[in-house]
Amino acid sequence: MSTAAAEDRIEPGTELLKVSGLTVGFPAGAGLLLAADRIDFEVGAGRTVGLVGESGCGKSVTLRSLLGLVPYPGEVLAGQIRWRGEELLGASKRRLAALRGTEISMVFQDPTSCLNPVFSVGDQMTETLRKRAGLGKGEARSRAIELLNRVGVPSPERRLASYPHELSGGMRQRVMIAIAISTRPKLLLADEPTTALDVTTQEQILALLKDFQEENGMAIVLVSHDLGVISETCDEVVVMYAGRMLEAGLDRAVMRHPRHPYTQGLIEAMPSLEVSDEEPPVPIPGQPPNLADLPPGCPFAPRCAHRRDACAEIPVTLDASLLEHGSACPFVEAAA
Amino acid sequence: MTAEPLLSVTGLTKRFADKHSLADRLRRREPAVLTALDGVDISVAPGETLGVVGESGSGKSTLARCIVRLHEPDAGSVIFDGKDMLAANGAELRALCRDLQMVYQDPYSSLNPRLRIGAAVAEPARVHGLIDKGEEEEYAAELLERVGIGREGLRRFPHEFSGGQRQRIAIARSLSVKPKLLIADEAVSALDVSIQAQLLALLEEIRRDLGLTMIFIAHQLAVISRLADRVAIMYLGRVVETGATADVFANPRHPYTKALLEAHPEIDGSRVRKPAVRSDTPTAFSISSGCRFHTRCPLAEEICSRVDPPEVEVASSRGGHRSACHVMTRTAATQPAGFTDEPS
Repeated sequence: MSTAAAEDRIEPGTELLKVSGLTVGFPAGAGLLLAADRIDFEVGAGRTVGLVGESGCGKSVTLRSLLGLVPYPGEVLAGQIRWRGEELLGASKRRLAALRGTEISMVFQDPTSCLNPVFSVGDQMTETLRKRAGLGKGEARSRAIELLNRVGVPSPERRLASYPHELSGGMRQRVMIAIAISTRPKLLLADEPTTALDVTTQEQILALLKDFQEENGMAIVLVSHDLGVISETCDEVVVMYAGRMLEAGLDRAVMRHPRHPYTQGLIEAMPSLEVSDEEPPVPIPGQPPNLADLPPGCPFAPRCAHRRDACAEIPVTLDASLLEHGSACPFVEAAA
Repeated sequence: MTAEPLLSVTGLTKRFADKHSLADRLRRREPAVLTALDGVDISVAPGETLGVVGESGSGKSTLARCIVRLHEPDAGSVIFDGKDMLAANGAELRALCRDLQMVYQDPYSSLNPRLRIGAAVAEPARVHGLIDKGEEEEYAAELLERVGIGREGLRRFPHEFSGGQRQRIAIARSLSVKPKLLIADEAVSALDVSIQAQLLALLEEIRRDLGLTMIFIAHQLAVISRLADRVAIMYLGRVVETGATADVFANPRHPYTKALLEAHPEIDGSRVRKPAVRSDTPTAFSISSGCRFHTRCPLAEEICSRVDPPEVEVASSRGGHRSACHVMTRTAATQPAGFTDEPS
């Protein structure tokens, strides 16, 4: 494993994926509803980008569109998805299928529905290894044991014979991760990988992903609704709302000095462990918008404490690139 | 606690038998038994809010369900408002249940999709004879305004509302019978952060205005930090630590509580830390001997695998801080090795 790992290791910082102007639409009645609207981000080897936002903000659709997995009847309407210089949008089904599970792997939120209940863990792990990595039967089995060991599944030899229902949620997610990393992907797409898990388990899974990334130089795109999880794991953050990017930048900059009122609101609304009466979490008033009925201009305006008439006319575009910490709000400046 | 508790639960135990398969029956094997609650003691004083925290499988929902008798416990007692909940029957039980209301986690399945909101909210009050049929609309309108839905919601159906709004409606419905004790079972867990904070603020306001006593069940410590006066931390069917919220958070005296506190991700710019415990929660089918946490505990000693630690009182600023750990309760002043201090 060690020599192969060394060969596979990519120079940190090499640009792998560059997404620009990605727009995903779903037909709704007579019109069209934009689940993701002009999304830009890029991720290099060894880096982690986090897409964060509340339910319905388009973060999962964005992630799925990268591998051509937008659920019907949605489709990618515009934009570019460049994978190591190659355009994935419009690439053949065969090409995308060849990328999935080899160079790019995905981990989903719910490990129960992703593992096949009628096949043993060993069957499912060796299938990937034999089909994708071209290993023989015995080799695949020993690699599967090695991988399960790697992700912290106790007594891996015995676990190979287990069926998914015999494992706990945390163990199932470990198996999913083991399968996802079994082909040493260069990019891991993780859609809420720890949301279904307990906090003590969540911490272990995040540490595991991080360890593997350090070893292998893998890039990660992580989708989560939990600002805490995003902040702990990501180098760069994209804050999404109603399918739009409202703020993006280096994790530290966005979390410490949020520029957009929505990000500021999200951070203030987060429950914290402080037991004091000084700073109660401040809720954001109102409800998330209906995508079919968005206000003109900034989608956050109806809930925003700083809104003004001009909000209906501004283009929702970041004023700086990801690394420079951009915000889509021209009126509010960074919180101290 | 000086006042007579409104609710006092002692030694509550609930076991569920697994399916008795044919193979087991042929081999004359007993079905596997899952111990969901194993001698749980909690008490809530009038006007107080108790937070019950634990991960999945810790028995916190079973506890709530046993209190309102949706499950019949196998042992223990539940004294509510001076009356024995478990012995009550018929009219007496109905009267007790009126004073004891629950709000559930999933606002999508807890409201009847075919019932207009006004009718859904007024129904419990009518059933319990608090209002007459003619007063329903006015009564429901007042409650809906109380929870921030407004009277325009009266004639609408649940599907017209978002998750957060539905949870407000569920709260209005449980308040309609003027309960003394409200049990919120993961009432905000399914909601987005911005909506979650709205609901917590609403519950806090209601509690203050109505002087309501509450049991607030959550799997996240942070959610209860503001609402709860006292917390009970549950692990595999036992309360492992209990005390004033401020005491427990500032000075946890059980390694599991400590692990929970440390596992909570905060946006302080720090990177992933070394996990405080290893492996997953074992299943409640096979609880190990001795301390039930010893298989994951970083402080575990030889005694932990043999002797079940008793719950003992530890020094605290507000009193009533109890923990069931051999190691961390041994000496009050010294911090045991094995845990590093909070990462900066």
